[in-house]
Amino acid sequence: MISDLFTATVIMGIISSGIRLATPYLFASIGEMFGQRSGVLNLGVEGQMLLGAFTAYYVVLKTGNLFLAVLAAMAVGAIMGLAMGFVTIRLQATQGIAGIGFYLFGMGMSNLLFQKLIGVVENINGFPIVKIPLLGDIPVIGEIFFQQNLLVYLAFLLVPIAWFVLNKTTLGLKIRAVGENPEAADSLGVSVVRVRYFTVILGGILSSIAGASLSVALLNVFQQNMTAGQGFIAVALVYFGSWRPFGILAGALLFSMVNALQLWIQVLGIPIPSELAVMMPYILTILVLALSLSKDKGPSALTKAFEREG
Amino acid sequence: MSQSTKNFSLPSKFRLSAVFDALMPVFATIAALLVGAIFLLLLGANPITAYSALLEGAFGSFNAFAETLVKSIPLLLIGLGTCIAYRGSVTNIGGEGQMIVGALLSTWIGLSFINLPGWLMIIIAMLAGSLGGAIWGGLPGLLKAYFNVNEILSTVMMNAIAVQIMNYMLRGPLIDPVQAEAASQIPQTARLEVAYRLPRLAPTRLHIGLLIAILLAVAVYILLWRTTLGYRIRAVGQNQAASKYGGIDVKKHIVLALLLSGAFAGLAGMMQVYGVNYRMITDGSSTGFTGNAGFNGIVAALFGQLHPIITIPASILFGGLLVGANAMQRVVQVPSALITGLNGLVVVFVVSSEYFRKRNQRKHLAAIEAGLDNEPPRQNGENLEEVPA
Repeated sequence: MISDLFTATVIMGIISSGIRLATPYLFASIGEMFGQRSGVLNLGVEGQMLLGAFTAYYVVLKTGNLFLAVLAAMAVGAIMGLAMGFVTIRLQATQGIAGIGFYLFGMGMSNLLFQKLIGVVENINGFPIVKIPLLGDIPVIGEIFFQQNLLVYLAFLLVPIAWFVLNKTTLGLKIRAVGENPEAADSLGVSVVRVRYFTVILGGILSSIAGASLSVALLNVFQQNMTAGQGFIAVALVYFGSWRPFGILAGALLFSMVNALQLWIQVLGIPIPSELAVMMPYILTILVLALSLSKDKGPSALTKAFEREG
Repeated sequence: MSQSTKNFSLPSKFRLSAVFDALMPVFATIAALLVGAIFLLLLGANPITAYSALLEGAFGSFNAFAETLVKSIPLLLIGLGTCIAYRGSVTNIGGEGQMIVGALLSTWIGLSFINLPGWLMIIIAMLAGSLGGAIWGGLPGLLKAYFNVNEILSTVMMNAIAVQIMNYMLRGPLIDPVQAEAASQIPQTARLEVAYRLPRLAPTRLHIGLLIAILLAVAVYILLWRTTLGYRIRAVGQNQAASKYGGIDVKKHIVLALLLSGAFAGLAGMMQVYGVNYRMITDGSSTGFTGNAGFNGIVAALFGQLHPIITIPASILFGGLLVGANAMQRVVQVPSALITGLNGLVVVFVVSSEYFRKRNQRKHLAAIEAGLDNEPPRQNGENLEEVPA
């Protein structure tokens, strides 16, 4: 039975679904990374994802327009990010606890709206698979990498873009400076407050897209609490990836591949308790966090509110 | 604060602002309910009808109030654990998993030994529940102290792992023999012996767990403010570098804070089984068993300003909101999930209100500097100087 796992079709299936499953983690973790690099820990990702997932799903259900759906989700995410920013930047509230508050808010509101406005689980037509010309025709590789839906491509494109913005642009420099030494950044004329609002709102937008990618691209359905902890895992992946886009990519892929493997183990009926298979990625994450050699402590000003002296 | 000799107007003004500070959580809740009223209006429901149904459902009758108290027990226990952890500056959001593991361990023992006297089994089960939670909280503590793993992340992961262990146990080793035979295969355990169930306090579902939880609240107060251990946990929470300099084993106290916090959550899980359901049953999710108490208990503790005694009424208030939410759902057809959302807003508003509290304090300090007042600065309830002998 175990040998069933090692056929070409199954391995391809695992890699292909692993790549798809990495999509929400990539969007949410990259967004979270920008926030943390500027000094803001947002624990409300799960709530933002749930509201984004619901919003996108609802818009598709009512209009059938996928792009409008993602835009609407982005708008909701921006508002959630703005609220998180106001509370943690302007009012200097404890970031971790404020995030838990926004998580509960997002969960409650998405459940409420779903029960009130929809009520039944209903499938929709989500983002179709787009085969990239030429590349998509390559045997095996083409099938795995270049026959996915639009949001999958965007998620993977986001990684090098985030790396470029963070390391090669003035904006990125400002973000890093604000996260490492806000007082120095401030004395050089960088607006700590403005940079942090920017990253937290960006984080909200990307988290909402992450949620939308679940409800209108990967699963094409909305269920209550459908994110099932993925928002928290996205936060964990930022630590896992040592606050670097490519580190996050590696973590997201590792996590989603193990997840895909676990799904296939169940599909093939291999006699490993499914519960054990489901918990594997979590155990793995803890182990990797514990054993990772780089004891990177992260941005120095992470979770510290900034206040100008005098 | 004894300033009877003061003739300045400022001290009395300051006292007013101190009252104002203490009432911040209440204002925060009122603000959340007002936002909730807007949502209710948008959903086409009359907020006054909805909220009066909620109040009626939570506190309107003897039975309703008893249900509220039943709901408040896990919130209070989780809240007490939260007080310890957050005072020690560790963010334990693993209450859900710790509850589940505590419940599993105590249920397993209760089903395995069937001929013990009831009181003895209840004591053993309480210890087992606390132990299960302590293990599930202590592990992230060790990971944080010795492997530098962020406890927020590890506790979330531990929640997910606990849910899977619960699902596995209730579908396999611990499944009710009747269900194992039947085609339905409902993932639940057998019922506990009648003798093992927590005694009830009145002809309602309210059980003795309420009294135990209240006694424990007093114990946590004593622990935090009257013992060396509590002093050290709070010292580590306030300033790790200074604590280390002062000779406190910082790592040990980080582990202890999470371990104790987990023990309370585990006890909450045990009481949910031995006091309310008399068996464990899973719908596959953690909320199916905990009712989200692992998070709502944090809300109650924050509302109680991380003070174990104030957390008692706070837990009753939030227990009432949860019970009343169902009544509201029946009367105005607005899903009770609204209350989860509003709980989130309460958290956000409470942590935001700290800003105004600090601003008041600063104004006061500025006034002292200006020589208008010679009253010592207020400590915000944080008297770390009281070192127990």
